[in-house]
Amino acid sequence: MEKVLMKGNEALAEAAMRAGCKCFFGYPITPQTEISAYLAKNMAKRGGVFLQAESEIAAINMVLGAAASGVRAMTSSSGPGISLKSEGVSYIAGSDLPCVIVNVQRGGPGLGGIQPSQSDYWQATRALGHGDFQMVVYAPASVQETIDMTYLAFDTADRFRMPVMILSDGLLGQMMEPVVFPQIEVKIPEKPWACCGHKNKRPHNIINSLYLQPDELENSVNERFKRYEIVKRECPAAESSFCEDAEIVVCAFGAAARIAKSAVNTAREKGIKVGLFRPQTLYPFPVELIEKACRKAKIVLSVEMNKGQMVDDIRLALNCRLPVEFFGRHGGNIPTVKEVSAQIESISERIK
Amino acid sequence: MSVVFEKPNALCDVSMHYCPGCTHGIIHRMVAEVIDETGICGNTVGICPVGCSVMAYDYFNCDMIEAPHGRAPAVATGVKRANPDTVVFTYQGDGDLAAIGTCEIVHAAARGENITVIFVNNTIYGMTGGQMAPTTIPGQITQTTPYGRDPKVQGFPLKVCEMLSEVDGVALAQRVAVDSVAHIKEAKKAIRKAFDNQICRRGFSIVEVLSTCPTNWGMTPSEAMERVRTEMIPYFPLGVYKDAVVWEDKTKG
Repeated sequence: MEKVLMKGNEALAEAAMRAGCKCFFGYPITPQTEISAYLAKNMAKRGGVFLQAESEIAAINMVLGAAASGVRAMTSSSGPGISLKSEGVSYIAGSDLPCVIVNVQRGGPGLGGIQPSQSDYWQATRALGHGDFQMVVYAPASVQETIDMTYLAFDTADRFRMPVMILSDGLLGQMMEPVVFPQIEVKIPEKPWACCGHKNKRPHNIINSLYLQPDELENSVNERFKRYEIVKRECPAAESSFCEDAEIVVCAFGAAARIAKSAVNTAREKGIKVGLFRPQTLYPFPVELIEKACRKAKIVLSVEMNKGQMVDDIRLALNCRLPVEFFGRHGGNIPTVKEVSAQIESISERIK
Repeated sequence: MSVVFEKPNALCDVSMHYCPGCTHGIIHRMVAEVIDETGICGNTVGICPVGCSVMAYDYFNCDMIEAPHGRAPAVATGVKRANPDTVVFTYQGDGDLAAIGTCEIVHAAARGENITVIFVNNTIYGMTGGQMAPTTIPGQITQTTPYGRDPKVQGFPLKVCEMLSEVDGVALAQRVAVDSVAHIKEAKKAIRKAFDNQICRRGFSIVEVLSTCPTNWGMTPSEAMERVRTEMIPYFPLGVYKDAVVWEDKTKG
């Protein structure tokens, strides 16, 4: 298999096409620009649809329409645009439609900045829209993993008929790494529920999220949450390094995990018993895996590019059994290996 | 005995929830008749709005999608682009299309999106209990204009067909009414044309139907029909505002 050097955003776009994405709808925003540009150049040539929408709201509703008609559909944006899409995401979840949403995160709130950030963790995992629903959230930490998770995202969305988010960031989107595109035969499941014309062969299909009878609405949400239970059982993923004997477990996802990994390596060389736990899915949060990684731990340090949003999930996953400290930079600043190493060393001194 | 009148096949055999004197029933029937006449039911996808016709998915026999408020033209775009051979129509009220969904309708029109839009204008928000709509006529009393719509405070109504007639992607923009047999016949012809345009890939078509809301206007059904003639038609004149071929007919030759 051939290795190619690719930018994170372009690799994601290429992977989406290879994963069978037929329709892409988006609206320009930094730092996701290369996804749209790449698809504008290539989608039509390969029999797909690229359409620049008049707004983020229109783009997500075009995704709703394409997904309802039975094809694989995707949109990409960044913080401010993702906020605008939240209405559509709620309808997509409430209508049990599969789709992929990419958030190449930048700093917030408001217009914020255009530099890399992880400040949309809460938005992605807690409430991207009104009502009781969840999305599966994948957090890649390299260009290769961005590719692999893009394939996975489309399969997961189709399997559970739910929206799936790839939570990238400006750093992962803009950097170049050598990658290999997996030779996978894409299998798109039958979608007998799709609205593509009944050809006078079946009753009409209805895609809808309105239930005026409380019992019907409650039942529909309960049915969805039963599916989330399977998601929570089968989808959690995480990578652990040096956790077997670790007294300090550094927890970080995405771009921050790359920096944390270097800091952990440096600390290990100094003889500090520290490990790295990197969640690859943020919803569902890898509860059992972090429990396992923290067996010998006395303390956890969460390293994020925000004000400490994943900290709550770590505490909940560990039932507040261990103290969880936080170190982060935000606003587009990226924590340095030196800064994270200093945190690890200071904790190491304190727990002696 | 010969059958002289029956329910169109494109309508489901269910009773509708609309109020007495509301013209949604007439408009649903006309759309369904056109779907039957053109034989497209098995290939049609309808998009419902948020508003009184939100549950139209239970009434039309073709595949149906319920869109967020105002977003039906964007949802229709997604369906049509994913499967260009399906016939896609949106069915939208005035609040849905001309207030919260103004952006979506204008840009679907500008793209010359090959879809059919049925726009039902009754100058009021019906489902939520009679608030001012973007098409509420100056002086009209609603729940949120209890002293009558004053253009100095609430601005002017939006004339959608006039506005869209200036958009290059529009193949048909026509305003009709359903207050008399003659007008109903005219309306039916316009709806047929709006679907024919799509089938022949001629571009974006919109038919605006002046409609009633006896419940929220505080009128009897016959008084409501009279209001369409005396107040609405003078403010929103009937007629063809644009009739042009945006895209060449690819189905011929």
